[in-house]
Amino acid sequence: MNYFPDEVIEHVFDFVTSHKDRNTISLVCKSWYKIERFSRQQVFIGNCYAINPERLLRRFPCFKSLTLKGKPHFADFNLVPHEWGGFVQPWIEALARGRVGLEELRLKRMVVTDESLELLSRSFASFKSLVLVSCEGFTTDGLASIAANCRHLQELDLQENEIDDHRGQWLSCFPDTCTTLVTLNFACLEGETNLVALERLVARSPNLKSLKLNRAVPLDALARLMLCAPQIVDLGVGSYENDPDSESYLKLKAAIKKCTSLRSLSGFLEAAPHCLSAFHPICHNLTSLNLSYAAEIHGSHLIKLIQHCKNLQRLWILDSIGDNGLEVVASTCKELQELRVFPCDLVGVGDTTVTEEGLVAISAGCPKLHSILYFCNQMTNAALIIVAKNCPNFIRFRLCILEPNKPDHETSQPLDEGFGAIVKACKSLRRLSVSGLLTDQVFYYIGMYANQLEMLSIAFAGDTDKGMLSVLNGCKKMRKLEIRDSPFGDKALLADVNKYETMRSLWMSSCEVTLSGCKRLAQKAPWLNVEIINENDNNRMEQNGHEGRQKVDKMYLYRTVVGTRMDVPPFVWIL
Amino acid sequence: MSTSFEKMDEFVNLKETELRLGLPGTDNVCEEREKVSCCNKRALPSEIESSTRKSETSPPRKGQIVGWPPVRSYRKNNIQTKKNESDNEGQGIYVKVSMDGAPYLRKIDLSCYKGYSELLKALEMMFKFCVGEYSERQGYEGSDFVPTYEDKDGDWMLIGDVPWEMFVRTCKRLRIMKGSEAKGLGCVV
Repeated sequence: MNYFPDEVIEHVFDFVTSHKDRNTISLVCKSWYKIERFSRQQVFIGNCYAINPERLLRRFPCFKSLTLKGKPHFADFNLVPHEWGGFVQPWIEALARGRVGLEELRLKRMVVTDESLELLSRSFASFKSLVLVSCEGFTTDGLASIAANCRHLQELDLQENEIDDHRGQWLSCFPDTCTTLVTLNFACLEGETNLVALERLVARSPNLKSLKLNRAVPLDALARLMLCAPQIVDLGVGSYENDPDSESYLKLKAAIKKCTSLRSLSGFLEAAPHCLSAFHPICHNLTSLNLSYAAEIHGSHLIKLIQHCKNLQRLWILDSIGDNGLEVVASTCKELQELRVFPCDLVGVGDTTVTEEGLVAISAGCPKLHSILYFCNQMTNAALIIVAKNCPNFIRFRLCILEPNKPDHETSQPLDEGFGAIVKACKSLRRLSVSGLLTDQVFYYIGMYANQLEMLSIAFAGDTDKGMLSVLNGCKKMRKLEIRDSPFGDKALLADVNKYETMRSLWMSSCEVTLSGCKRLAQKAPWLNVEIINENDNNRMEQNGHEGRQKVDKMYLYRTVVGTRMDVPPFVWIL
Repeated sequence: MSTSFEKMDEFVNLKETELRLGLPGTDNVCEEREKVSCCNKRALPSEIESSTRKSETSPPRKGQIVGWPPVRSYRKNNIQTKKNESDNEGQGIYVKVSMDGAPYLRKIDLSCYKGYSELLKALEMMFKFCVGEYSERQGYEGSDFVPTYEDKDGDWMLIGDVPWEMFVRTCKRLRIMKGSEAKGLGCVV
């Protein structure tokens, strides 16, 4: 029973935007469920195979924004074959048929074709925002359709996608009447860019706040663009090579000074480090700095730049910064909340990287730090224990020691105690990635202390099924568990089948799980899709006599309300 | 659980004084894993590396393990590119150029050119020939000579199809094909 008319309740619900909260609201009573479903504007689907478009439309007929995620996270690291799935086409078709008033589409790790983009551009008159992260399957022709047909386009944000660049004229496909752009990010495009079309587009977009250029945009064009858009808040510099005495460079310096709203800087995909000083005047305004693609910026130029960035909240950097550089960050960036340190050298041993010292320095100097991704060559338990004491507020803690199974480099012990200290101290920890030499003990700690943990990534760790069992039994809020190259098998997998109903997905590759184990699981839990991904030949698995005891190369299971998916490629076997 | 951990502690400490070639900390503690790993089916050589930790005397080089380090492939491709380019800074990107019928090869510095037209002009001058008209559909028409290059995958590609930057990154050597062999590449029959 409601004390207020439905419209009032609906108005109250409008203030609740987080999908988790809205899901909770809809469980209160039938009346709230009904009001909520008709008023939900933004729908988030973490696994595109957990539900289908028809069911989506039936429950939420009035939504305007859809977020879809496709492939499992490990697909980012080439562990999932390209043709596995995650196609957006059926979704767009269904939404078009259902005459949804779609305004925003955000996709992650999905296969998007030019056909999909064309259909999207023609089917939704109010379409405003397209965000594609880590997607593939389309070309600049698809982008041309979006540019040409979406009259009210505000946001086109392409992040780290594999796009076939046809060197076409997609930028000139924006009609002259298009003046509504707020965000334009095409940094991941490889090819030449029509600079004239780009400049004209920027000049007629007074609301443009975020502009991220690709490497084909040279420095003199950058200067002109910034003069057209002094209101810019978020800038991704493309190519940044020039002679510091040139006129273009002087123009750039003048243009930068005018960009007083600039808060976020990224790109520098090709950079001459000595020209960075042009940005020094606005560095104190920056809250976000992403230099993780700027391999040529290091040493004193990098340090000088960072020393000006006293208000930085988010920093993405390469490990060429070194421990010394991280010490500068620690003493300068007191507002730092998120740090990501990526590896510069991906094959063989690099010379300058970061160690546990850099991590300790950061934890000591940056009290507001809550998210970290840290690639390094070595770590110690002692360092992790100090980090845990300095930063009990971690929400995300991802540590990747580049060499698998590497122990504490001082004591040669496993890193169980170090990670144990982290989970014990960080009571709000939601995401954790572990690495280095680890035994079942670390999982015992994780199960015992990581009460809020939602996502856990494990690689080359653990001794027995007990490890995985500790996690499954202990982490009540676990949603995504991904494991590779660890000795967990059927016993752990089958111990608590109902656990998987509370989780989005489980990935296990190169573990000890067998085919018969997976079959048994699939039998016990018909509401799960248990996928066996075997690039070599699933038929061979069946024919070889000891079929049941054969180890499964890659298993991906997820809860679903719509059963087996229809678009399964030949190398995927759903049990 | 804690007792077995303590036991392992001692075990590991004993091992510390042993001289061996394996990774520190990775030894018979993982015997269980090793026995089982041998039965695993691993089709790709790179995946074999990742499972047989103990039996090897050298540590698995991170470059050989599939999907390791866990960095998005997009990022991997872009960082490596720039590393190569910065290695070449000041030294140029020299590739061999061969011409069918010519007695010896030449070398050119790709970083000297801003685009295809400059490159082709330089080649024409170097070898005293003319390429035909380039079109996406027909390749080079109107000449017996077709400029090609070998890419990272070892395939022979027609010069001009991909964006210039991608070409510079992926080109290993150039070859000016002549005569009947060239016809297969350049023209639509």
